[in-house]
Amino acid sequence: MTWGLQEVTVSFAGQPALRGVTLGLDPGRISIVVGGDGAGKTTLCRTIVGLESAEAGDVSRPARTCFQPETSGVWSDLTVEENLEFVAGGYHLDPAHARSRIGELLEATNLGPARDRLGRQLSGGMRQKLGVAMAVLSEPDLLVLDEPTTGLDPISRLELWSFIVGSAREGRAILVSTSYIDEAQRGDSVLALDEGHVLASGTVADVLASMPGRLFTSAGRITPGSWHRGHSWRTWSPDGSPLAGATETTPDLADVVTVAALAEEGR
Amino acid sequence: MSTIQADGLTRRFGDMVAVDSLTFRVGPGEVVGLLGANGAGKTTTMKMLLGLLSPTAGEARIDGTLIRDLDRRVMGYVPQGLGLYRDLTVRENLEFAAAAFGVPAPSLEAAGLGAVSGRRVGELSLGLRRRVAFVVARCHEPAVLILDEPTSGVGPLGRARLWETIHETAETGAAILVSTHYMDEAEECDRVVLMADGREVAAGTVDEVVGNVRSVAVSGSVPDAVVEELHRRGGTVLLDNHGWRVVGLDLATVAGAVAPGGTATEVPATFEEAFVSFSS
Repeated sequence: MTWGLQEVTVSFAGQPALRGVTLGLDPGRISIVVGGDGAGKTTLCRTIVGLESAEAGDVSRPARTCFQPETSGVWSDLTVEENLEFVAGGYHLDPAHARSRIGELLEATNLGPARDRLGRQLSGGMRQKLGVAMAVLSEPDLLVLDEPTTGLDPISRLELWSFIVGSAREGRAILVSTSYIDEAQRGDSVLALDEGHVLASGTVADVLASMPGRLFTSAGRITPGSWHRGHSWRTWSPDGSPLAGATETTPDLADVVTVAALAEEGR
Repeated sequence: MSTIQADGLTRRFGDMVAVDSLTFRVGPGEVVGLLGANGAGKTTTMKMLLGLLSPTAGEARIDGTLIRDLDRRVMGYVPQGLGLYRDLTVRENLEFAAAAFGVPAPSLEAAGLGAVSGRRVGELSLGLRRRVAFVVARCHEPAVLILDEPTSGVGPLGRARLWETIHETAETGAAILVSTHYMDEAEECDRVVLMADGREVAAGTVDEVVGNVRSVAVSGSVPDAVVEELHRRGGTVLLDNHGWRVVGLDLATVAGAVAPGGTATEVPATFEEAFVSFSS
């Protein structure tokens, strides 16, 4: 890996928030960290960018690293264009280059028609897109986005993802945290966290292949560990033995992470 | 056994229409999902059903009785903020709510929460807090349950456990209206109402909503100018690491635009793409 975390532990008041987490970040690749509230996603993002200190393990990042916090970081009393100009000034970008870069980003995010609108007048999706545009304005080598899509409508989410993928194609390493497990499939690699533990990590294909045992689906609950999924039930057979009254099914990412959480519960 | 019925439900705040002519029904034993982004009007709809906001137009009834005339004890509600006392234990929260409704507190053991009954709510994980809030909202066995984003922020296993509880409650005959911004939770609902900007954009079972909506998957090299052209023709062009997906344009249009560098194939739309198609 080029940058990232190696066996990193972070604690607050003696309570571990990340426990021995390893995550690789490479140019041109998107890494996704997925988990619920309290899983450690924000701590992981803040540790990578240097806002939290690791009590154990190694953290590495490029000099040019940008971070968009969950709140998007947009100034509500500045217009879209003023937000971008203010950030460009902060990075001391050459004015001509800044103008050209801002033009490119307004076009790529479809925010051009809203360039004179105040930050507080933007929809959630527009605000998040502006936040990401501000974060990539200085052309960082690593971009860290903390839950950029939470609560957005599907169109805004998909537009934002298109922008993020386009940004990775420029050669940038990108880390995105999310609570939506379906978004994990949009990355090159995924790290699933639960209360600071790594439940699963690797490429999506690796994670899908990593599930021990076999997964079954049935019309009703088979064991106390069965869980509801859609209009049927899923049951994990850790040793792969067949289950009466159930048929084997191919697990998706949500299944694999659920199995990993069940295995963690059983330890 | 109760039925929720909303007819032309509308709520304005000044010039802003938060909910616009919404009509839907939730029957006994049904789980109906209100799906949409933040600001789509889901919470405002729920507040009107709870009698916390008056409709500007239209009406909502439970078993034929207007909400304003209703004995609210038929309803249970889990708000987004959960409405629990963080400094009280799980048992104390439940006993307080049960006493307020004048009913005996139900068993925490039966709800699988016996192990945490003596712990303060503020010390619990979000997934456990959400389960506690659900048990508290059900303590008086309401015939109607209104759950505002009950799984928000919870990991996959916690979400699965919460949905089990929701389905078990529906099997007792309760009518359940649940809001979510997780599109993949549509599969947990008997029917869904998709909302955008206060309006219903689609409704029905997941299969009915997706229906015959098709997307076009594009592989190969597609220049930026072609993507812009597809946008101009009214398509929504989505990029992921597996290539492009185009919603809202037919196969021939997309295939012609992306040739010769790209190859287009018609594929069934995902639920999310169907939502995009309806919302565009």
